Amino acid sequence: MADFFAMGGYAFYVWGSFGVAALFMIVEPILVARSHRTLKQRLGRMIRMNSEVEE
Amino acid sequence: MLSALFCIIQRDLTLAMRNRSDVLTNLFFFIIVVSLFPLGVGPDPELLQAMASGVLWVAALLASMLSLSGLFADDHADGTLEQLVMTPQPLALLVLGKVCAHWLISGLPLVLMAPLLGLQYGLSGDILVMLVLTLLVGTPVLSLIGAIGAALTLGLRSGGVLVSLLVLPLYIPVLIFGAGAVEASAAGLGAEGHLSLMGAMLVAALLLSPLAAAAALRISIE
Amino acid sequence: MAINVFKFSSPATFYPLAGKMVPWFAFVAVVLMVVGLYLSLVVAPTDYKQGEGYRIMFIHVPAAWMSMLIYVVMAGWAVVGMVFNTRLSSMMASALAPTGAMFTFIALWTGALWGKPMWGAWWVWDARLTSELILLFLYIGFMALESSIDDPRRASRAGGVLALVGVVNIPIIYYSVQWWNTLHQGATIKASSESSMTDIMLLALLVMTFACWAYTIAVALTRVRRIILEREGNTRWVGDMLEDKSNG
Repeated sequence: MADFFAMGGYAFYVWGSFGVAALFMIVEPILVARSHRTLKQRLGRMIRMNSEVEE
Repeated sequence: MLSALFCIIQRDLTLAMRNRSDVLTNLFFFIIVVSLFPLGVGPDPELLQAMASGVLWVAALLASMLSLSGLFADDHADGTLEQLVMTPQPLALLVLGKVCAHWLISGLPLVLMAPLLGLQYGLSGDILVMLVLTLLVGTPVLSLIGAIGAALTLGLRSGGVLVSLLVLPLYIPVLIFGAGAVEASAAGLGAEGHLSLMGAMLVAALLLSPLAAAAALRISIE
Repeated sequence: MAINVFKFSSPATFYPLAGKMVPWFAFVAVVLMVVGLYLSLVVAPTDYKQGEGYRIMFIHVPAAWMSMLIYVVMAGWAVVGMVFNTRLSSMMASALAPTGAMFTFIALWTGALWGKPMWGAWWVWDARLTSELILLFLYIGFMALESSIDDPRRASRAGGVLALVGVVNIPIIYYSVQWWNTLHQGATIKASSESSMTDIMLLALLVMTFACWAYTIAVALTRVRRIILEREGNTRWVGDMLEDKSNG
C-alpha cells in the first residue's frame, strides 16, 4: 500500500495535482449549493414578512 | 457616408488639439516607460539591444491602452454619444471615425517617437525601420480592439482598470508578431511572414471591431 | 404538435426542471470520478519513461479540455442570449464562467506540477501552458466585467459581446503563441514525446473527462438556479414557489 502512495517517487507531484483538483471540485459545489440555499431562505423570510405586513 | 467619417475624425482631432496635454501625457508615458527599463535592467548594450523590440512594444501597448477609457467617456458624459447613435449613418462607421481619431492622437505619435527611443537602445538602421513599420501596422489594431473594451466598460466606476483586464489578452497576438518581426529581422530571418500576419490582423480588426464596438455601445447606452 | 422549443426557456419553467436534474448529474459525476480515479491511479500501467508521474495527465488533460470547451459553450449561450434575447441563456453563460475558470486554474496547476519532474521547472513557456494562462485572463475579464455592471440585463449582454470577441480570438491567440513558441525553440525544453497510449489509459482519460462533464453540468445548473433567484427574486412565481415550500 505504501508504494501506491509513493507513486514511484513522484508522490508529491501526483498527489499535489490530484489533491488540489479534488479540493476545488469539492469546495466549489458546496459553496454554490450553500449560497443558493441561503438565498432561498432569505427570499422565503422576506415573503413571509411581506405577507404578515399585508394582514 | 465618408463625409460623416471625416467629419467625426475632424471633430475629434480639433477637440484633442484644444486640450493638447492629453496627447503629450500619452506620449510622455511611452517615453518614460521605455526609459525606465535600462535603469532597471542595467546599461549593458548587448542586453538592451536584445530586449529593445519587446520593451518598446509593451510600452506602446500600455500607452495606447491608457488613453482608451477617454475614447467614449467625455462624449458619453455630455450626451453627444446619444446623438451619434441616432444619426442615420451606421454607428460602426462613426465608431471607426472615433477610433481613427484616437489612433492619430495616441498611436501615431508613438510610431514617430519610436526611432528616437530605438537609438537609445542601440538599435541600428534597418532594425529601426522594421520597428517603426510594425508599430505603424500594429498600433491601429490596438486602438481598434481597445475600442471594444472602452465601449463595454463605458460609465463603469472601475472602467480604467477593467479595460486593461479585458483588452490585454486580446492584444497578445499583436504583441507577439510585432516584437517577433523586429527580432526576426534583427536575426536576419526576414520578417515578411510576421508583417503579413499583422496586416491580416489589421484588416480583420478594421472590419470586425467597429461592429462589435457599436454593439457594445448600444448595450452601454440603454 | 409542434414542439415548443422555448418551453423551458423561461426561468419559471426551467428552475424546477434544473432542480430535478442537478442530483442526477451530481450522482453520475461522483460515480464516474471514482471509477476514473481508480482506473487512472491503480489500473493504468506505469509509463516506461515517466514512471508514475505521468498519471497527472489524467487530471491535467480533462481539465484543459474542459476549460476550452466551457469557454466555447459559454460564448454559445451568450450569443443565443443576445440573438433570442432570452434572459435564461445569458444567465447560463454567467453560471458557466466560474467553473470554466476553475478548470483552467486546475489545468495550469497540474501542468506546473507535471512539468517540474519532467521538464525540471515549475513554469515553462510552453505554447499550450501559455495559451491556457491567456484563457484564464479571458475568463477573469468576463467575470470582472459582469460583476462590475450593476444592471443585470446590461451585464449579461456586455458579457455576451466580450465572450463572442473572446471566442473569435482564441484560435488567433493559440496559433500566435504556437508560432511564438516554435520561434523561441531554444528557450523551452520540448516535452518528452507523448508516451504511447494503451487502451486502459485512453479509457481512464475518457471516464475522467465525462466525470468532469457531469460535474460541470451539475454545478452550472445549481449556480444558474441561484442566479435565477437573484434576478427574479421579486417575481410572483418565486413568491408562490417559496410560499408553498415554506408551509408545504
